[in-house]
Amino acid sequence: MKELRLEADPGNLTKLLSFVTAELEKKNCSPKAGMQIEMALEEVFVNIAQYAYDAGGGDVLVRVSFPGDEASVEITFIDSGQPFNPLEKPDPDITLSAEERQIGGLGIWLVKENMDLVQYRNENGKNILTIRRKLRD
Amino acid sequence: MLNINKEQSGESLKVVLEGRLDTMTAPVLESELKQSLDNVKDLVFDFEKLEYISSAGLRVLLSAQKVMNRQGSMKLVHVRPEVNEVFEVTGFVDILTIE
Repeated sequence: MKELRLEADPGNLTKLLSFVTAELEKKNCSPKAGMQIEMALEEVFVNIAQYAYDAGGGDVLVRVSFPGDEASVEITFIDSGQPFNPLEKPDPDITLSAEERQIGGLGIWLVKENMDLVQYRNENGKNILTIRRKLRD
Repeated sequence: MLNINKEQSGESLKVVLEGRLDTMTAPVLESELKQSLDNVKDLVFDFEKLEYISSAGLRVLLSAQKVMNRQGSMKLVHVRPEVNEVFEVTGFVDILTIE
């Protein structure tokens, strides 16, 4: 397992992406899986960076592991911000017209659709969000 | 990294994007469009070299579509399969005109 601790700032996204991408490359991740994982990283990290902490800011711990037979990657985000379960948000209605569409909600929807597993728990005052996806389709 | 190239002729504007439309670059496109859409009736995005789009990029496209619904038309050309997949999952294929 590899881990990286970052300040929860959207400006750190590139740092997070290169950290995880380097691990995925070692495991021969397919381009399609790689892109969907990258997108999930962006959506989850930016969400935490924007909503978890007040002005004072805080950290996110990101853990990357390849459980079992190493056919999937599991990425866990741990922050100590205010309790927030992104999975409780209602799914966006993707059948609405442009005029009726709400801005927002699409990021988490993309994560749910593209990952094989998205799990949230709150433990000892920490938000723990885990995503998992197969490395090849 | 996102390169934005604009080709304007009369009331037509073509915006050629190259790179990634994500959290970091979407605000750049948004402000670029804010300055350029006045008096445009025909807006075309060329996505041939757009490799990646996230929800931040979708938001900018949705606002552009809303503006163009009022003043003309908007379409996307040369969309790559991996970007098109994002449009499909989010139902944007029904909102946008993709050729």
